[in-house]
Amino acid sequence: MQASLLGYYSHLALRSFRRNPGLTALMVLAIAFGVAVCIMTLTVYHAMSGNPIWWKNDRLYTVTMDSWDPNSGFTRGNAETHLPPPLMTYRDATTVLHAGLAERTVVMFESSGVISGTGGPPLRTDTRFTTGDFFPMFDVPFLYGSGWSRSADDPPQPVVVLSRSMNERLFAGANSVGRTLRWNDHEFRVVGVLDYWFPRPLFYDVTEGSFAPPEDLFIPFAWGRALDLRSAGNVDCWKAEPLDTSEQFFNSECVWLQTWVELPDRASRERMQAFLDNYWAEQRRGGRFGRPRDNRLTNVGQWLRDQQVVDNDNRVLVGLAFAFLLVCLINTVGLLLAKFLSAAAITGVRRALGASRRQVFMQHLTEVALIAGTGSALGLGLGALGLAAVHHMYAAAHLGRPGGYQELMHFDRTGVLWAIALAILATLAAGLYPAWRVGRLPPAVYLKSQ
Amino acid sequence: MLKMQDVSKVYRTDLIETYALREFSLEVSAGEFVAITGPSGSGKTTFLNVAGLLENFETGSYRIDGTDVRGLSDDQRSRLRNERIGFIFQSFNLIPDLNIYDNVDVPLRYRRLSTRERHERIGSALDLVGLSSRMKHMPSQLSGGQQQRVAIARAIAGDPAFLLADEPTGNLDSLMARQVMELLEQINELGTTILLVTHDPELARRAQRNVHLVDGQISDFRTYEPRAAPDAGLAHA
Repeated sequence: MQASLLGYYSHLALRSFRRNPGLTALMVLAIAFGVAVCIMTLTVYHAMSGNPIWWKNDRLYTVTMDSWDPNSGFTRGNAETHLPPPLMTYRDATTVLHAGLAERTVVMFESSGVISGTGGPPLRTDTRFTTGDFFPMFDVPFLYGSGWSRSADDPPQPVVVLSRSMNERLFAGANSVGRTLRWNDHEFRVVGVLDYWFPRPLFYDVTEGSFAPPEDLFIPFAWGRALDLRSAGNVDCWKAEPLDTSEQFFNSECVWLQTWVELPDRASRERMQAFLDNYWAEQRRGGRFGRPRDNRLTNVGQWLRDQQVVDNDNRVLVGLAFAFLLVCLINTVGLLLAKFLSAAAITGVRRALGASRRQVFMQHLTEVALIAGTGSALGLGLGALGLAAVHHMYAAAHLGRPGGYQELMHFDRTGVLWAIALAILATLAAGLYPAWRVGRLPPAVYLKSQ
Repeated sequence: MLKMQDVSKVYRTDLIETYALREFSLEVSAGEFVAITGPSGSGKTTFLNVAGLLENFETGSYRIDGTDVRGLSDDQRSRLRNERIGFIFQSFNLIPDLNIYDNVDVPLRYRRLSTRERHERIGSALDLVGLSSRMKHMPSQLSGGQQQRVAIARAIAGDPAFLLADEPTGNLDSLMARQVMELLEQINELGTTILLVTHDPELARRAQRNVHLVDGQISDFRTYEPRAAPDAGLAHA
């Protein structure tokens, strides 16, 4: 099609919009709402299902072993998962840690404590007790300083890493490396401050909610035992055993530790798998592991699926969103047909003056494309408003702390492009029939009736 | 030249077949002014639609300037219509939301002429009908006679060989009808072949030839003396 004709068709389309502003607005709004709902659900879906560390999908694994009740498998809600528990016992996790087979090993749990000694009022905060490999293993960005070395893990050194937001609260955002703070009345020295880091979902600990923000403090794992701490996260126990003392808890069958290993190649994975299986057999001979052998190394993508971070409700929601878009488009087809047929007499005149069916078709398709483009652009704006509302709602729920929902302010670029491309293509496809239909009208009939 | 030979056009429903044209033959030479008359339902408009390539026919042959139109694609028929044929309708059929300039521009757009050429042709056509000062007016701002003159300008802007006029004065009072008729006569004298469908025997008598239709067939031919030259200068409504 010549550029001049395309310009002419666009000009005619704009005139047509002015001729039926109400009908045009209705069509644009129908497409806009369909696109907005798709953008919102796709963005949330992507935020909840994306692998935030995809580039390490073939070397980062969480370790799980089925140490659960010999008489019944691990359950989530009321349903058996047919998976090992997502957490490990202290005994098993530290065995993996001390085996030294992986390039990096992280054993960790979440606790809660009170920060003081920085001049401000005492502040309760979530704290992650982890081995120092956490930072390089998960490619955590630093604003100041760094994580701690392995030598600071055991015996544990009094070192701490702060999140950027916590550093802003405690030290007004200044470089606080070398400064000290007190955590539950124990003094720790700041060795690093994280830059912005909001992995979503929070893949390394999905037990606290996929959109929970990372913790504000990171302290060496071994301090957990030294300070006689219990996990503030999930602690799942199946065995009737005494848990009164710290010693009893650490030696119990309760699972409460996340365990991650970085295995760069197949050989290292096979070595780790063999180690787990041997350890399992040895422990089984000693009376543990009453269930069939199920020792797993699970990469992040599979882990998120296993833990149903993206549950069926979300998938259904995406399906419903696209169904809604489809309904909007079907309505648009009806409206387009009504609009085009109402101008059939004018089309008849154009045909009499020399417009071919193809030219009539292209003229109307140009009008459809403009409606689709306008609807999609408006849908983009409505989608942004909707996501801002969702963000506002969840930001309030998180008492102003930054978290995964912060990311909902940002469109999932791919998802948005897909939704817009889909809307434009679908509208064009939807407009094919009305545009074709109007081109097939017998012009003579309408010339007499005008 | 326009030549129809044994052309039949049938409208069919589940129950009946109606012949709008029955073995209709007519030859119109270049530069002729032919009036088509006949009672309602005699096939006058159908003839004009078939002649203008707006409708197909069942049997017979139809040639425009030697080109057999049967078997032409829609694109080819549309191009032929655009370049060789101009239409004038009883109800003017101007596009209401386009101004006069843009209305006359419509057929030229489909011919993909340059902006300058389109502008020149529109100016000449509106000059001829005496409405070049009303280019920016909307159709609703003009009288019926003026609207029909715009429609004539639109029909001739593309410099067609044939002008097909379907009751062009049917919606006009006698004064305006006379002016439109004089305009058509002037255009004919400039070399454009005109086929005029009309109920009005007075108007028909102003044509060089009168073809009378009854039941889709020609019942009578009459040839008239060449008319007197129209008054110099056209009266403007």
